[in-house]
Amino acid sequence: MDSVTFRIFRFDPETEDSPRYQDYEYELEPGVTLLNSLNTIRSKQDATIAYRMSCGSAICGSCAMRANGHAVLACKTQTSELVKDGVIQIDPLGNMKVIHDLVVDLEPFWGSLRKVKPYLQPDTTNNPELEREQTQEQFLLIDDVTTCILCGACFSDCNALEVDENFLGPATLAKAHRFIYDSRDSKTEERLEDISELHGVWDCTHCAECSTRCPTETKPLARIEEIREAAMKAGVHGNNGARHVLGFRETVGKSGRLNENYLPPRSVGFFNIPGLLGLLPVGIRMLMRGKNPPLIHHSIDKVDEVKKIFSRFEEYRK
Amino acid sequence: MSLKYALFTGCVAKGAGRELLTSTNIVCDKLGIELVEMTDAACCGAGVVSEDNAMIADIVNARTFALAEEAGLDIMNICITCQGVHRKCQVKLARDPKYMARVNEALRETTGHEYKGTVKIKHFGNIMLNDYGLDKLKEAVVKPLDTIKAGAFYGCYAMRPHEYSDLAEPDDPDEMERIIEAVGATPVDYSARLKCCGFPIIMMNKKNSLTLSGNAISSAKDAGSDCVITQCPLCHLNMDAYQPEIDSSLNMPIIHIQQLIGLALGISQDELKMNTHIIRPTGAIAAV
Ligand code: SF4
Ligand code: SF4
Ligand code: FES
Repeated sequence: MDSVTFRIFRFDPETEDSPRYQDYEYELEPGVTLLNSLNTIRSKQDATIAYRMSCGSAICGSCAMRANGHAVLACKTQTSELVKDGVIQIDPLGNMKVIHDLVVDLEPFWGSLRKVKPYLQPDTTNNPELEREQTQEQFLLIDDVTTCILCGACFSDCNALEVDENFLGPATLAKAHRFIYDSRDSKTEERLEDISELHGVWDCTHCAECSTRCPTETKPLARIEEIREAAMKAGVHGNNGARHVLGFRETVGKSGRLNENYLPPRSVGFFNIPGLLGLLPVGIRMLMRGKNPPLIHHSIDKVDEVKKIFSRFEEYRK
Repeated sequence: MSLKYALFTGCVAKGAGRELLTSTNIVCDKLGIELVEMTDAACCGAGVVSEDNAMIADIVNARTFALAEEAGLDIMNICITCQGVHRKCQVKLARDPKYMARVNEALRETTGHEYKGTVKIKHFGNIMLNDYGLDKLKEAVVKPLDTIKAGAFYGCYAMRPHEYSDLAEPDDPDEMERIIEAVGATPVDYSARLKCCGFPIIMMNKKNSLTLSGNAISSAKDAGSDCVITQCPLCHLNMDAYQPEIDSSLNMPIIHIQQLIGLALGISQDELKMNTHIIRPTGAIAAV
């Protein structure tokens, strides 16, 4: 059996000034999960290590933490896969305050979820006699997203949240998707409008941390892309994100390549004077270095082929 | 056997990041790697077109793949975002034969091309590592960059989601560091090397976007880096072109990985167009 050093983040903000790491030597047994290992360390070596757990079966969502810098679900991760040069470093989830050791304050996560009205809002003027039925096809649209176990792993590693605590975050956007795509919900348009505001669906950077860390099939980034598709299709276009997409479509559909002189003003809006002024400094800096995109935008060769593909836009739309 | 690729330039290397295309061409020429520029390939869509219409984006990319297949060449990407989008499209089509048939039917109807699924999608970095080889690269170095401490900035699409990544350990990669070492420079480990540069939201939330790139640059600087090495022209734009708006005291040169290799091959900074960067080479970089 291999011996592994568990380097565990320890901190009690009520009694300590700063966090520290404490090492535990642990004999690795085959087939154990990270949660099994922590439980062993806790029962045999140090009962004061604090972490959340309950089901041990990847269903309750309690045991998310960081291993070697990335969020994982402890009960769904093999310990052996984490060993790096004989060491495994365990930290609490990111983007939230530590309460004690590996236990973080999840309130920002719950608070964010509440913002998107995470419950069904059916058309109550038209109540069915029994239940609101869905076809298999309708359900499949939300099948993946309903597997979310609210573990917070995505929230922990999200890049956009790191710089903006008001950003809705991946799990919340996925939750919004769950109702936007639910055939029984009546507030689709309103939800799409709300979520297109600042700190909403267009503020996600596509870093894909969420989908990479998510232990379920929710895969938030994929859902975010679907929300954007729904917003584009529903004509919720009054924001920089949607205008950016429209501009992208226009320039690529016309010339086969992006027109970098056209897209920025198209995205901020041609009548948005402060927005346009905001683009000037970088434009001037690039001009002075001769780095500005060519003023005459050239199409790719055989651009007609691409134009022809784009001419069928509606036909190919989901 | 000499190496030859279909070069997919992407839009930025033809626009606001032309120094990337120039330095790729000179470096490959010097190393004896033959490139055939895909002048008829269209924008990969950058994950943006697909948010409007996923199938249109897939048809356009399938056309790009078909063009390379017709030329009998694998694709070299020089933008991590393009390669990520290409790889995602390729995986998506391979996993869903029914969908691939639909995409191909649309492609045939509109353009006469057909994507067979045989082309390999690579990017400059993995070509250096796997096809060209670092031993050979080391031999080609005439000016080891032993005074330079360089922080690698991977770019999200190189690593995430893992299913589209070609890195051996996408959660703790060392591929860029190995290239940095091969040209004699010292790789610097810093906490933000796998983070997002923020570019995708520069038009939606400039403050958040530039906080991300600023944090990344500061993190590299605090760890003692002389420069940040990028393999995506979008990371480069957000960290270089916007740097004066983030914090003019950072003064951190941002260098395309092709330029770093070029310097070690004895190519001048002028030829590598490093003077077109907003942050001009300073310190150890300027002294090379
Ligand atoms: S892809 Fe978007 S939501 Fe997901 S972690 Fe990155 S910024 Fe956050
Ligand atoms: S989306 Fe995935 S990572 Fe995020 S809370 Fe739900 S299950 Fe956890
Ligand atoms: S303990 Fe319930 S999900 Fe891990």
